Amino acid sequence: MSAILPDFLTCREAVGLCTDYLEGAMAPEQRSHFEEHLVTCRGCTAFFEQVRASRTVAASLREEPALAPAELAPMLSAFRAFQASRRKEQG
Amino acid sequence: MGGRPSDDEAQRGARPAEAPADADQTLVDRAREGDEGAYVALLGRHHRAVVRVARAYVKTDASAEEIAQETWLAVLSGIEAFEGRSAFRTWLLRIVANLGRRRGTREGRSVPMSALARDDEDAGPIVEPSRFLEGDPRWSGHWLTPPAPLDAEAALLHEETRALVATAIEALPEQQRLVITLRDVQELSAEEACVILGISEGNQRVLLHRARGKVRAALEAHLELQR
Repeated sequence: MSAILPDFLTCREAVGLCTDYLEGAMAPEQRSHFEEHLVTCRGCTAFFEQVRASRTVAASLREEPALAPAELAPMLSAFRAFQASRRKEQG
Repeated sequence: MGGRPSDDEAQRGARPAEAPADADQTLVDRAREGDEGAYVALLGRHHRAVVRVARAYVKTDASAEEIAQETWLAVLSGIEAFEGRSAFRTWLLRIVANLGRRRGTREGRSVPMSALARDDEDAGPIVEPSRFLEGDPRWSGHWLTPPAPLDAEAALLHEETRALVATAIEALPEQQRLVITLRDVQELSAEEACVILGISEGNQRVLLHRARGKVRAALEAHLELQR
């Protein structure tokens, strides 16, 4: 905590606004109050780092190996069957 | 946007989200003509996401795989009519959402639409009230026990931490789990997530806020233990 926190935003309020801030859903004035709070408050800065860190970890969950042929097989045979029936219809 | 034509290339480079959509459209056009390689490429680009979103509706990996297969069947029968008014990915994940909701309701994981408001009742603050000072004329509402700064060496991408975050997401109420899966795991835009889930921007933001709050709290507890 710092002695120069703006009076109008408490840490509890700042924490409650973090998603609005990250989503760009704040009015410009509210946004600058929020940013003023953040630069003067180590606790809220750490809170924000943790939110960002959890997003980084969440995005890393997307990293998975490429599809193996066995995984592709059912969709591929459905595709072939679909193409065959279409050719027959057009046939 | 609205830049000079000469900026187009640079803009495209700065906004990589556009190029994949174009590439998808090309693949869709080719798959529609019967090009198997193009279809395989579409599967490669999107199948994992399809399974992951499906998994948010059901209790087991096997059920999610089944929804994924049904989704790709629906793609085959709908691809002729797909007009490209929305991006292919959005269209695809809307199919997953529809099938997932139906299947999840049947299996008892997913709640029917009419009961979705229940997620909204989970409206407590995202940080324990006891962590803030009370009753002090100047400092009320400021941290009593602030989070510790992240250790530069915090092993964020260690398997253990990833598993912890995956478990925290899995434990969320359905709507929160869906929103954070689309926004933070798949990194889709708010607009696209809203279209896929059929929810308003405001509702999406509330759900995301609660979901991120819980995942952050789980991460904080995990990092504290490691200190």
